[in-house]
Amino acid sequence: MRDSRAAWIFVAPALGAIAAFLFVPVLASLALSFTDFDLYAVADLGNLRAIGAGNYEALLGDPLFWRALRNTFFFAFLGGPLSVAVSLGAALLVNARLVRARGTFRTLLFLPVVTTLVAVAVVWRYLYHPRVGLVNGVLGWLGVAPVDWLGDPRWALPALVVMSVWKGFGANMVIFVAGLQSIPARLYEAASLDGAGAWQQLRHVTLPQLAPTAFFVALLTMIGSLQLFAEPYVMTQGGPSNATLSVVLLMFQEGFRYWNMGYAAAIAFVLFAILLAGTALQLRLRGRSAA
Amino acid sequence: MTRALRVAALHAVLVAAAALTLAPLVWMLAASFAPAGGADDLVASFARRGATLAHYRTLFGQLDLARTLANSAGLAAAATAIAVSVNGMAGYAFAKLRFAGRDRIFRGLLATLVIPGQIGMLPLFLLLKELGLVNTYAGVLVPSLASVFGIFLVRQYALSIPQSLLDAARVDGAGELRIFAQVVLPLLRPILVTLAIFTFLGTWNDFLWPLVILTDDRLYTLPVALANLLGEHVQDVELMMAGAVVTVAPVVLLFAALQRQYVRGIVTTGLRE
Repeated sequence: MRDSRAAWIFVAPALGAIAAFLFVPVLASLALSFTDFDLYAVADLGNLRAIGAGNYEALLGDPLFWRALRNTFFFAFLGGPLSVAVSLGAALLVNARLVRARGTFRTLLFLPVVTTLVAVAVVWRYLYHPRVGLVNGVLGWLGVAPVDWLGDPRWALPALVVMSVWKGFGANMVIFVAGLQSIPARLYEAASLDGAGAWQQLRHVTLPQLAPTAFFVALLTMIGSLQLFAEPYVMTQGGPSNATLSVVLLMFQEGFRYWNMGYAAAIAFVLFAILLAGTALQLRLRGRSAA
Repeated sequence: MTRALRVAALHAVLVAAAALTLAPLVWMLAASFAPAGGADDLVASFARRGATLAHYRTLFGQLDLARTLANSAGLAAAATAIAVSVNGMAGYAFAKLRFAGRDRIFRGLLATLVIPGQIGMLPLFLLLKELGLVNTYAGVLVPSLASVFGIFLVRQYALSIPQSLLDAARVDGAGELRIFAQVVLPLLRPILVTLAIFTFLGTWNDFLWPLVILTDDRLYTLPVALANLLGEHVQDVELMMAGAVVTVAPVVLLFAALQRQYVRGIVTTGLRE
């Protein structure tokens, strides 16, 4: 079995790293969430006590946590579908047969995806400036009164949604383009023989054929959105009056600013449970659409 | 509508969409060359006061951004070299070598794809603190040593390597490492390029982990330095935009050079980083 020994040498570095820096920390995090690990325990582990489900009980009674959870869900459930709609529209446009220089348009629309999130969040912070920002400038031409996007608790979170759709739709667009290109041409030929126009072909051929891709993209985007962090950290620090506080931002503040690591670990695990549920839903829907 | 009219309308919509998408980046670039205070009204400012490189001079002089740029480039390059070798070897082994429990282990790894990096972050920080790796470059690199995503990407590609090619090399008496280096690596090249771009961009753009693990601003990466700079220079719009350009430009250029390989990675896995 010299084959087998060599194989272990090939996989050992990867498995070792994943075990040491992913498995162990995740299990330790679960354990941590049942302790009162805080600044005193950072200094001396002797101060560490097991407190059972104490952190989880405290979470349930913490209005800040509920606020963060509500904000995060709002961000994911508004941003996910919006991103799917925008990226589908963009994919249909760049993939249209009549368009010249499709590759160039695709590249340009894709560009925000590769940019550094923190850098573009800084840019958008200024774009949203109430007095001199470009967003209010453009809306002003259209006769819309200036809005204090990041300073108004009603608008701050929707403003982050718009920015993040801008940042991410290109990735979904290329997945849709791949989906569009895999639709068999004979379906369109058959439809056009039956006298279907462009609009009917879109409704009765393209959209049904893309439905599995759309599910996949929507859930992927939502799962990514649940991990919202850099946008509020850079653009609003979770404000105004916690209107953009996200679950991961709350975890970061509790864990690495106040060193309430037990409490922060409990927050992390609630997020994990939500992500797991989201993924399970995705797998079920995919299973059903494949059947 | 005639065909010509439809074509024109389609292109008009696309041009508008592209302009809208690029506007924030174009504004960033333009504002970075405007004199202080000019970002409020770029057109008027350029017309009256012209363009300036002053903010870039401040960044690379006084604020020592060259060091930060080197940190980002060095860390991203190191992460890429490590990830490509570690995941490349493992991905190939999971596709083409036989060992006990191979498929079970692989399925187990795939299941961990649902675990976001943030979950284990707190204990990982404590572990690295015990190891003395907090506030070191090594500490930044630890989470990117191996990735299930990378292994998966390489494995799916490696499945298509013909078994006969490997068997022929074995009959010739070549060892497994030599087969990997001389037969397999050249075949895996395209997917390893894809993995390399993903890792480089992912490390370059990463924010939360370097923010947690780095405390000394001499070790900061660009995103962490930029967020930090915002604290002191929030009024200096043009300076901040120059900083954003320095952070974004390298990855945009890299993407422009290698976009086909990058897009393939997204389409095969649906993942971004």
